[in-house]
Amino acid sequence: MDYEKLGLKMGLEIHQQLNSEHKLFCPCKTELVDDDFDELVQRKLRPTQSELGEIDRAALQESLRGLNFKYENFENHTCLVENDDEPPHSLNEEALDICITIACLMNMHIVDEFHTMRKQVIDGSNTGGFQRTGMVATDGYLETPYGKVVIESLGLEEDAARRVETKDGFTEFRLDRLGIPLAEITTDPSMHHPDQVREVAYMLGQILRSTNVKRGLGTIRQDLNISIAEGARVEIKGVQDLDLMAEIVNREVQRQLELIDIKKQLAERNAEVLEDIHDLDELFENTESKILKSAETIKAVVLKGFDGLIGREVQPGRRFGTEIASYAKKRGVSGIFHSDELPAYGITQEEVDKVTDFLNIGEEDAFIIVAHDEDIAISALEEVKRRANLGLEGVVEETRKALDDGNTEYMRPLPTANRMYLETDIPLFKITSDRVEPIANNLPELPDVKQARIIEEYKLSEDLATQLVKRQEADMFEAILADVDVDATPVASLLAYDLREIKREGHDINVLTLDHFKGIFTLLADSKIAKDSVRKLAIETIKTPDMEISEIAEKNNLTMLSEDDVAKIIAEIVANNEAMVKERQMGAMGPLMGMCMKQLKGKADGGMVNKIVREEIQKLL
Amino acid sequence: MTYKENAKKYIENYDLSIGDTIKVNKEDISYTGILLDRPEDADDGYLVLKLSSGYNIGVAIDNTTAELLEKGDKPKIGYDETEIPNDPEKQNISIVSTGGTVSSVIDYRTGAVHPKFTASDLVKANPELLDYANYNVKALYNILSENMKPEYWVKAAEEIANDISEGADGVVIAHGTDTMHYTSAALSFMLKTPVPVIITGAQRSSDRPSSDANINLIDSVIAAKSDIAEVCVCMHGSLNDEYTYLHKGTKVRKMHTSRRDTFRSINAQPIAKIQNKKVNINPEYAYTKRGENELELNTAIEEKVGFIKSFPGISEEFIEYHIDKGYKGLVIEGTGLGHVPDNLIPALNRATDANIPVIMTSQCLYGRVNMNVYSTGREIIDAGVISGLDMTPETTYVKLCWALGQSSEINEVYELMQKNIAGEFSKKSSIKDFLN
Repeated sequence: MDYEKLGLKMGLEIHQQLNSEHKLFCPCKTELVDDDFDELVQRKLRPTQSELGEIDRAALQESLRGLNFKYENFENHTCLVENDDEPPHSLNEEALDICITIACLMNMHIVDEFHTMRKQVIDGSNTGGFQRTGMVATDGYLETPYGKVVIESLGLEEDAARRVETKDGFTEFRLDRLGIPLAEITTDPSMHHPDQVREVAYMLGQILRSTNVKRGLGTIRQDLNISIAEGARVEIKGVQDLDLMAEIVNREVQRQLELIDIKKQLAERNAEVLEDIHDLDELFENTESKILKSAETIKAVVLKGFDGLIGREVQPGRRFGTEIASYAKKRGVSGIFHSDELPAYGITQEEVDKVTDFLNIGEEDAFIIVAHDEDIAISALEEVKRRANLGLEGVVEETRKALDDGNTEYMRPLPTANRMYLETDIPLFKITSDRVEPIANNLPELPDVKQARIIEEYKLSEDLATQLVKRQEADMFEAILADVDVDATPVASLLAYDLREIKREGHDINVLTLDHFKGIFTLLADSKIAKDSVRKLAIETIKTPDMEISEIAEKNNLTMLSEDDVAKIIAEIVANNEAMVKERQMGAMGPLMGMCMKQLKGKADGGMVNKIVREEIQKLL
Repeated sequence: MTYKENAKKYIENYDLSIGDTIKVNKEDISYTGILLDRPEDADDGYLVLKLSSGYNIGVAIDNTTAELLEKGDKPKIGYDETEIPNDPEKQNISIVSTGGTVSSVIDYRTGAVHPKFTASDLVKANPELLDYANYNVKALYNILSENMKPEYWVKAAEEIANDISEGADGVVIAHGTDTMHYTSAALSFMLKTPVPVIITGAQRSSDRPSSDANINLIDSVIAAKSDIAEVCVCMHGSLNDEYTYLHKGTKVRKMHTSRRDTFRSINAQPIAKIQNKKVNINPEYAYTKRGENELELNTAIEEKVGFIKSFPGISEEFIEYHIDKGYKGLVIEGTGLGHVPDNLIPALNRATDANIPVIMTSQCLYGRVNMNVYSTGREIIDAGVISGLDMTPETTYVKLCWALGQSSEINEVYELMQKNIAGEFSKKSSIKDFLN
């Protein structure tokens, strides 16, 4: 695809959970909970007037869905603030400082005064019906291999509640995640190639990982803004896998191109969405279709000039009809039937003909059927008409959800700016240079810089250095080597690889402190233990963390033997094998080494054993 | 505009107004946005800008220049006036707004939630109200509930009586929650009503999607249409948006600073539970039925009543002060069964000798005052103090204001205080009535 010619423009929005001790506006911990909840609270939300005097269209859209909510409360893990039964406490300054660090790393301008805003979100994921959010910094940039990318803004906001399930008209949320601080990073929409988006997302991830942020699944979420010249801006939520980014871009471009083409064809045909909603109950009185039979009512609308286009594929496996259906589904139907796919689903050709007759439509015309309760069917068909009408204009501005295969699905209209108004329960917060300067002068090293420096400074392999940085063990590594004069490789390999295995074997590696590591590697530096014993000694230290390291080594028989003792053992082994030595001469070296090492493993250095074995053989010759 | 001093000069210097789109240039960055007003209590070194992203930020004005990009309108809050339809088949409900969270909106002036909506805005913000009744809506005054004064009770009672005499089938009063239970008690004593008088409010302001205002208001209208011709408070019954309780106006109290179910019946059960738009009346409750009473208004009231909470180490000066300042009556929130330290007894004697009625209540809130159990209590009785029975201290205070409006003779006041005027006390303490 010629992205330049299409006028492809992309921007990224990244949400990253911060690892502060407390939530953004209450003293609860920033941890997710797997326990059973203690209390379930039922709520409703209504859209309200925003500060600028108009009800926001996205908010209104959500309200029409008429959802009720249940919130899982915990006696110990959540408090009244999350449940919207207590005003928010003051802004968490630790979270703000993490954001200031991130802002500095992205060359941003920090605002003089932080104002907490309410951003209306009435899908229930925020108990108040709004998310608290504020602008920390603007106008930064990143140098990338594809050129400079502008970082438009950095926001600090509350994470939403975790959705559990939707059942019997209620959507249930767990309050543990609500209020965890999130950094929201937005780039400008100046990226023109999918690979560039991927690279920028990677770089942003690297920057975030150098600061005090949460790690693991679900702690970072990437949204993609995308448009082409003749299309419209679409926000794709929840791109988890960076490697899927290019595919999502390609499929979205394809979708927009198809919709533009559909629009052109509709214009040529003078297509029109007819107002009337028709009642088809009588036509389907004796239908064999199970879905239609079980519905309270069957209704239809006529789309003049749409024939063949509803069934047109806009993304692999998704048709224009799928787009229309996803709007209807927001009103509670599980799907629609359109004339391009019929006969099917138990609906016969004969029934299709009856409908065509009844609706009195021509060859170029199409119809869409919905079967459900009266209210829901009408409301769903209104949405069908609305979406079909939007099809006459081409691509629609939408928020869409990323699917696992690279396709996207309609979620809701794009929010407009006036979803936000001032959170009056929280005082304005000045960010003075006294706060920013100490942070700016003490910024963390970015992961790739750190990695390069470690390779250079400690002569480590690239692989080991990468793993140390990735597993956040580089600081521990450097702290050990600052005090212990020991070969860097065994230290790195314990931290980068062995610890993970030890953990997998069921040991609690968090028990190990810097002092423990220093003790272990001091023994190694002094040749008191063998390199091979480091791992075993670490495990034993976890079991008895209060004991002296040298005692642990002693107790577990990990201490190396003196050279005299080693020599005695080797002399004995060689003596016992005198016949072989005589026969094979220096050729006995191999088998004898094997026997000695078997007995001396972990008790003597291999090089020393080799030397003594050689000497002992020579004595006999 | 609430900008002051330096910021005000700056704005005037550049000839800017609230609502204009402006650009502020700093040394290394410039911000473009709509100039908003600044909370009154904030300092004068910053401008507030609404960026195109919707975020507000504060920009320090030191070492900046500004330019006007586009003149703008000051953002307007509220709805345009529209006619409220009238359906002769429906009952006529009068809605009286007094301000508070049930009828408030964000205010640029102070940056805080402020009572700005009128009652007519309420109907427009809650269009489903029209399914239930016809409305006569009036903004009586617009004050925060903490600024409520006894004189406003009188004004409210007169307004309600007026509405009822003009044919209202029920009255709903929108009120801030802080002092709602004082107002509900006052209206209970001042009004004999043939129709329901329902007071309601919200714990979460009506500017937010999660506000409890809508449900409280709708349920209040349903209560106002019901058969319960009493002064009641109608508020959330639990943390759920599921049902509301109708509490007797003299037996209710705000018991939590922020929860939606803050109002509880004290030493009593709620009269009714309203769920799914249905009023379920507590079968044990003997309530006054619609039409049983003739409308009667008695707003005579004495405002100079003191309200004193006892505490370990309290000095008799607290009592002396009120006597010396000419207070006409005193309510004491004593400890336990109704006690104050014995150093106060001479002062209490002095008060009752000076024809100042003194009523003892308990800061336990739950349970009944009984001063016969301990010797201090008996001494307090001997000093001429009488028991507030199982009334809340707040209801006792309001009742004493009202009783002193009826008579200035201590004996007559005491007689009134021990007469059940509006179901404010009961003789029997039920095992059910605690922490519920």
